[in-house]
Amino acid sequence: MALELIKGNEAVAETALRVGLVSYFGYPITPQTELLEYLSARMPELGRAFVQAESELGAVNMVYGAACTGLRTMTSSSSPGISLMQEGISYMAGTEVPAVVVNVVRGGPGLGNIAPSQADYTQIVHGGGHGEYHLIVLAPASVQEAVDLTGLAFDLAEKYRMVVCLLMDGFLGQMMEPVELPEFKPVNLSAPSWAIGSENKDKKVILTSININPPAQEIFNVKMMTRWQEVEKNEVRYKGYYLEDAEYVVVGYGTAGRIALTSVRAAREKGIKIGLLRPITLAPYPVDVLNDLADKAKGFLVVEMNNGQMLDDVTSIVAKRAPIHFYGRMGGMVPYPDEISTAIEEMINSEPDVNRDARGVWLAKMRELVGTGA
Amino acid sequence: MQSEIIISGFGGQGTLYAGQVYAYAAMDEGLHVTWIPSYGPEMRGGTANCTVVISDDEIGSPTALHPRAVIALNLPSLDKYEPLVAPGGYLIVNESMVNREPTRTDIHWVMVPANTIARELGNERAANMVLLGALEGNMKALPEGAVERALEAHTAKRLQKFVPMNIEALRRGAEFKA
Repeated sequence: MALELIKGNEAVAETALRVGLVSYFGYPITPQTELLEYLSARMPELGRAFVQAESELGAVNMVYGAACTGLRTMTSSSSPGISLMQEGISYMAGTEVPAVVVNVVRGGPGLGNIAPSQADYTQIVHGGGHGEYHLIVLAPASVQEAVDLTGLAFDLAEKYRMVVCLLMDGFLGQMMEPVELPEFKPVNLSAPSWAIGSENKDKKVILTSININPPAQEIFNVKMMTRWQEVEKNEVRYKGYYLEDAEYVVVGYGTAGRIALTSVRAAREKGIKIGLLRPITLAPYPVDVLNDLADKAKGFLVVEMNNGQMLDDVTSIVAKRAPIHFYGRMGGMVPYPDEISTAIEEMINSEPDVNRDARGVWLAKMRELVGTGA
Repeated sequence: MQSEIIISGFGGQGTLYAGQVYAYAAMDEGLHVTWIPSYGPEMRGGTANCTVVISDDEIGSPTALHPRAVIALNLPSLDKYEPLVAPGGYLIVNESMVNREPTRTDIHWVMVPANTIARELGNERAANMVLLGALEGNMKALPEGAVERALEAHTAKRLQKFVPMNIEALRRGAEFKA
């Protein structure tokens, strides 16, 4: 199989085509635009539906409609656009329809900037829209992983009738790496039995997120939670590096995770027994492996391109069994491996304290490093 | 073994393309490779750079604070990256667009009049290939001829007529020893 050198945004778009994307609805925003642009050319070529909507609100509600047919549909955007889509995502969750949403995260808050960031972790992993629901959240760290997870995203969306978010960042969208793309699959145009357009004419199909009767809503929510537990049982994915004999563990996902890999290798070369846990599914989170590591590790370093959003999850899972350290950059800044190497050294040289204030210590350092603008 | 290369210049000098050619060459030789451009507001202000990382193992960071090699196509790039090249690394300078030589003594550097050479070859836009040739001719991170083969293999059909000139540009650049 020949390799192709391709940008993350375009790789996701091409993969979506190859796994049978039937319709796409979106609105341009950097650093995601190549994804939409690529599909604007390729979808009509293949006789499939591409709509550049009037806004992200329009786009997500078109996806909602298309998802009610059960056929493969997706949208993509970047942080501010994804915020606009939250209502529609909640409605899709409440209607149990499958869709794929790609978020190529940029620096924020607000309009922010177009640089790479992981500042949408909490929004995407812990809700974002109203009501209680879960998204399956997949976080690639390379273009090949983005390709593989795009295919998986559609499969999981259909399997669990859920919205799946591919959580990327500006680096992954803009970076080129050699990839092996999947073979073209035939488009599936036959609607599943629950969907609008189903062959099953004996049954009336009603798809809605309105449950005006609270007991009925509660039954629905129990069903959704039960399904989420299935997802938690079946769909956890992560990659571990040098964890077998690791005394210290770095935890990072996506771009921050792969940058940390360079620092972990450098530390290994100095004889430090350190490994890297790189969650690939952020929801469901790889709780079990982190639990096991927490029983034996002398310390954890969480690395993110945000203010410590995943740090809160790691802190809750580790539950004071080991000291936790944090290093993050914010606002679209990307750490160099050298910075993470320094954080590793500081972890190893500090007095072990399971009650240490990881975020507070980090923030004090950040005030020195970049100032407060005062 | 891993090498990080930053190619930096004004928009329009072919910095991103030179990086892509090198990335293709690494890919075709079975290496891991990442290519990442500057795409932020600085690009819209007229400067452009890309970072290429090649390795025989899974690549961690696609960027590097202290790259093994830098091609500086203009003076701002020389000023910015000269202090950052890793000790023992390579700095290839486009002599046609700067007014000074590097001052570091712990790296290999060379001045290449890339625009002049490219003009002699018939197209000033080939300056980026002259510099890429100079880089690989000194650093030798890829097997002999890999960059030339990549140019032949990955240039679009309608542009194939420019390949011989670009290959000549690579070879002229490779004559400059750092």
